[in-house]
Amino acid sequence: MTAGTAAPPAPETGRPSGPAPQRRAPARVLLARPELGAVVGAVAVFAFFALVADSFLRPGSLSTVLYAASTIGIMAVPVALLMIGGEFDLSTGVMVTSSALVSSMASYQMTANVWVGVGVSLLVTLAFGLFNGWLLVRTRLPSFIITLGTFLMLTGLNLGATKLISGGVATRSISDMEGFPSASAVFASQLTLGDDVRVRVTVLWWLGLTALATWVLLRTRAGNWIFAVGGNGAAARAVGVPVARTKIGLYLGVALCAWVSGQHLLFTYGVVQSGEGVGNELIYIAAAVIGGCLLTGGYGSAVGSAVGALIFGMTEKGIVYAQWDHDWFKFFLGAMLLLATLLNAWIRRRAEATR
Amino acid sequence: MTAAPEPVLALDGVGKSYGTVRALHGVSLTVTAGEVTCVLGDNGAGKSTLIKIISGLHQHDGGTYRIDGEPVRLPSPRAALDRGIATVYQDLAVVPLMPVWRNFFLGSELHTGRGPLRRLDAARMRATTREALARMGIDLRDVDQPIGTLSGGERQCVAIARAVHFGARVLVLDEPTAALGVKQAGTVLRYVAAARDEGLGVVLITHNPHHAHLVGDRFVLLKRGAMAGSHARADITLDELTRQMAGGGELDQLRHELRGEAQSS
Repeated sequence: MTAGTAAPPAPETGRPSGPAPQRRAPARVLLARPELGAVVGAVAVFAFFALVADSFLRPGSLSTVLYAASTIGIMAVPVALLMIGGEFDLSTGVMVTSSALVSSMASYQMTANVWVGVGVSLLVTLAFGLFNGWLLVRTRLPSFIITLGTFLMLTGLNLGATKLISGGVATRSISDMEGFPSASAVFASQLTLGDDVRVRVTVLWWLGLTALATWVLLRTRAGNWIFAVGGNGAAARAVGVPVARTKIGLYLGVALCAWVSGQHLLFTYGVVQSGEGVGNELIYIAAAVIGGCLLTGGYGSAVGSAVGALIFGMTEKGIVYAQWDHDWFKFFLGAMLLLATLLNAWIRRRAEATR
Repeated sequence: MTAAPEPVLALDGVGKSYGTVRALHGVSLTVTAGEVTCVLGDNGAGKSTLIKIISGLHQHDGGTYRIDGEPVRLPSPRAALDRGIATVYQDLAVVPLMPVWRNFFLGSELHTGRGPLRRLDAARMRATTREALARMGIDLRDVDQPIGTLSGGERQCVAIARAVHFGARVLVLDEPTAALGVKQAGTVLRYVAAARDEGLGVVLITHNPHHAHLVGDRFVLLKRGAMAGSHARADITLDELTRQMAGGGELDQLRHELRGEAQSS
């Protein structure tokens, strides 16, 4: 079933792979794009489910697919930027839940307009991101360890604090509180285009964030610095790039998107389950890796991670439309991830081929 | 020495201790615009300590360090850069996966547009990179290729061209030929000469007397943290330089040991 994703290396055979090309052929430029593998994979997955699942191509199904992709993509994009900057964040999944819990409980406990909770949540979530980043640059421990720590801490904090404050595993509903309709419109509404086509607002957030991240990466100084600190931190520092500031900024970006994601979670249902989010951090990382990010940093793209999220969305919902057991979803994704990583390794060998 | 032009950079009896370890003491050298000063020494002779003092990574604790005749104590590499002293390290010069032009302008990016549309001026940076490299005589096929695809020698050359472009007056090169083959080392030395001809003062750190003698105007020999000799080009031959570098008598003794009686070959 994953045979289609093995295709990406194929274009290689037609090109001369000499170390000294005289001119940069368009095909070569395309081949050098980090998102190439993800795009080919996405086309293959789309074609596959279009064939095996009759209902996959209906507008309703596609909007469900896009919705699933967007909820992953909103986080996969900042996680991709962070990985390009050479760092990990394992706390993202539960940070989304924390953000939703803080927002909900702040509004409920203060009996305030829900926008107050939204604002408090923004500050608290950014503080989590700042904590991750600050600890990283101060201690110089691997980000894997630091964010594994914050992951466990937030997991416990979500459960413990919710039980302490709300007396259960879920928050009290805030759906009848002041400001809920407007906040819901921003974070969890559904737009209807024409007669039948419905688009969740998260899709707009997802596309907007992808565009913004791409702009930052490719056309701003900050983007140059992100690639540099991930690719060779010591060299970046030697030419005057503020390495610590760049990395903290990346963690703040992740936190900001966790806040958006958390508010979506809250304003979709009005309540939040405190145990949610565990395991999602790996899905975000997997989407970024499928999208061409190297685990070692310095290489990747925002568009790629958005496409990686789309592959996740298509697979998750496609399996349902094909009426298969949902358990196969994870197996499928694992195989995709391995193929994508192999492809990435091959790309990097090309890019770093020295002599 | 003869009545030379005012040196850009001058060390006089400079020393540095790490705790009780005297890494460097009594080292004097001058760097003049348009000349190459070579610092030669074996591993552990104090070459890297010297380079760290010149480039502002460490501060000296003895003697004087003058730039344009003014005594200084550089607090950071940035301060050294601001005074026109650029250092090219052999291992941390570039970010391999980034295109050549992005590496060239890293930390000194050019911008265009205003407000939220302020963005990198990619076209101008590409063109400038190509020009700056061409001026140094480096013919690069494609400034968009990742710099990691260049050879080690080419990467050193880009780093040198970068320092020249950003207005360095003194170029400090840390073992630029150490990891290179004969041909590539030759290429790098050619660009060292090109930088010299552009009017830069060059400090070339090396343990290869052959490379040093090809481009050097002045030779400073270090041995166990102290000066073992300082020569102008006219005063010393390659053989003599090699002999001193290798420890003079020590080399003869080593030859004797290794070859046994068969010294004739």
